[in-house]
Amino acid sequence: MSILFSEFKEWKEYCEEKGVKLFEPVLEYEKDQKGKDADFVWENLQKAYDVMRDAVKTGLEEDMQSRSGMINNGAKKVYQNPLTVLDPNFQKLIARALAAKEVNSCMGRVVAAPTAGASGILPGTMFTLQEIHGLEDRKILEGLLVGAGIALIIEQKASLAGAVGGCQAETGSAAAMASGAIVYCLGGDIDQVFNAVAITIQCMLGLVCDPVAGLVEVPCVVRNASAAAIANSSAQIALSNVSGVIPVDECVDALGEVGQSMETKYKETAMGGLAMTLTGQSISKKVLIQDIEMLEDEDNGE
Amino acid sequence: MAERSSIFDMIGPVMIGPSSSHTAGVVRIARAALKVLGGIPDEAIITFYNSFARTYEGHGSDKAIVAGLLNYKTDDIRIKKAFELAEEAGLKYTFKSVGSAGTYHPNTIKLHLTKGENKVEVIGESLGGGVINISKVNGFTANITAASHTLIITAKDTKGSIAFISNIISNDAANIATMSVSRKGKNDIACLAIEMDTGLKTITLEYLKSLDWVMDVIYIPDIDM
Repeated sequence: MSILFSEFKEWKEYCEEKGVKLFEPVLEYEKDQKGKDADFVWENLQKAYDVMRDAVKTGLEEDMQSRSGMINNGAKKVYQNPLTVLDPNFQKLIARALAAKEVNSCMGRVVAAPTAGASGILPGTMFTLQEIHGLEDRKILEGLLVGAGIALIIEQKASLAGAVGGCQAETGSAAAMASGAIVYCLGGDIDQVFNAVAITIQCMLGLVCDPVAGLVEVPCVVRNASAAAIANSSAQIALSNVSGVIPVDECVDALGEVGQSMETKYKETAMGGLAMTLTGQSISKKVLIQDIEMLEDEDNGE
Repeated sequence: MAERSSIFDMIGPVMIGPSSSHTAGVVRIARAALKVLGGIPDEAIITFYNSFARTYEGHGSDKAIVAGLLNYKTDDIRIKKAFELAEEAGLKYTFKSVGSAGTYHPNTIKLHLTKGENKVEVIGESLGGGVINISKVNGFTANITAASHTLIITAKDTKGSIAFISNIISNDAANIATMSVSRKGKNDIACLAIEMDTGLKTITLEYLKSLDWVMDVIYIPDIDM
C-alpha cells in the first residue's frame, strides 16, 4: 500500500515508528503509487536538479530580456554588483533565485517546483546550500524528496496554485519546500525540519497573486528572491530550536483558509494589487493585444 | 479523488516557461493537432479565443503553438526560436484573436491546418498545469486529453458499430478509458473518440481502416512521447 500523508504529524509518527529518514516514505510512495523502481526516481530527481542548475547558469550567462521588457537581465546585475549588502553568499543566493526565474519568464527551460511561477526558489537555495557546505548531489536529491513530501501535504490541505490560493500558495509553498530541504540537508531532526516549514508559511501567509499584465514577471521574479531569503531565515531559526509556536499542520490549515477567503481579484486575474496600479495598467495596455475581433452575443464562436 | 499526484508533479514537470497553461498546454494542443493531420503542416491558421486572445503574445503562446506544430515537446529549448525554425521548415502561419466567444473555455485555440490535400480543424483548451482537452476534431465533439493513446474513428452511422469497434480494441488487449460519440444527422456520419490505457498494434489499425463503413481512422499515441 502506498502512503500519502495527509498531515505532517502522520509523516513524523511513521518515520519515528519505523526508524526511517524523512525522505524514505516519500520515495516508497512514488515507487508504489507510480509503479517505478528507486533507480528511476533517483535518476529523474538528478535530471530535475541538473535542469535547475542549468537554469541558474543560463540566467547568469545568457541574455534574459522578456518580450514585455519588464525583465531585463536583473540577475546578472545583482551577481556582479561590487557592493554586497550582507556577505557575498547572500548576494549569490538572491542572484541565483532571480536567474532561474528570469529563465522561466524568458521562455527558457525550468523545473516547475511546485509551479512555473515559483521555479527560481529551489534552484537558488539548493545550489547555494550545496556550494557553501560542499554537499554531495545525493544529499540534495534527498532534500528534494523531503520538499516533494511537504508539497504533497500542502496540495491536499491547501493548494499550490496561484489561481486558487494566491501567491502564498505558489512561492509560499516553494519556500516551505526549500526551507524544509535546507534543514534536512544540514542534518536537522524531524521537528526542526517541520518547524522550518511552519515558520516559512507564517512569513509567506497572505501574499496575493497580482501579476502586472497577467505576465509571470512582475512581481513574480523578485518574489522568488525574497522567498529564497525567507526559506533561509526560517531554516536558521528552526535549526536553533526556536519554535514557531503554531504547529506546521495548523499553519498549513491557515494557508488554506487565507487562500479560500482571498478575493478573486488577487488570484492571478490581474484585476487587483500591483496589476491595477497606474503603471501596471499602462504596461498592460502596451503589452496586451488590442486588435481583437469581438463576436456578437448570438455568435458564440460556433 | 482524482489520480494522486506524483512527486514529479511537485518537483516538475521540466518545461519551457513562463506558464504551464500558456506554454506547455499550448505546445500539447499543437502536438495533438499535428498527429490528427499526420505531419508538420504547410500552412496553419491559428485563432486564440477569449483570455488567450489578449495574452497570447505576452506569454509566448504564439511561439509555443508554432513549436508544437513543428513537433517539439514541452521541454524543448528551441520553442523560443520557433518562428525562425518554422521559416526553415516551410511552415506558414497566421494568427487571429477573437474575444467574447461565450461557449468556449477561456483559454481556447482553434487550428486550421493544411498539408497538401489534407485539411483538419482542431479546437483545444488549455486547462492549467499543462493539461489539455481537445474539444473538437473536424467539427465533431471529441473531448480527449491526449495524455494516453487515442483513436478517432469517422464512420457511417450503422447499427452495432460501437460494439464492433470496442470488441476489436479489446481483442488487442487495450482497455478503453473514455469514449465519446457524436454524429451529424441520423444514419449519417458518426465520430468516435476513444482513449485507451495502452497502444494498438498496427495490424489492428489496418483492420479498422479496411472496414468498408469506416471512413477515417486517426491514431494518436501519447503526445508527450
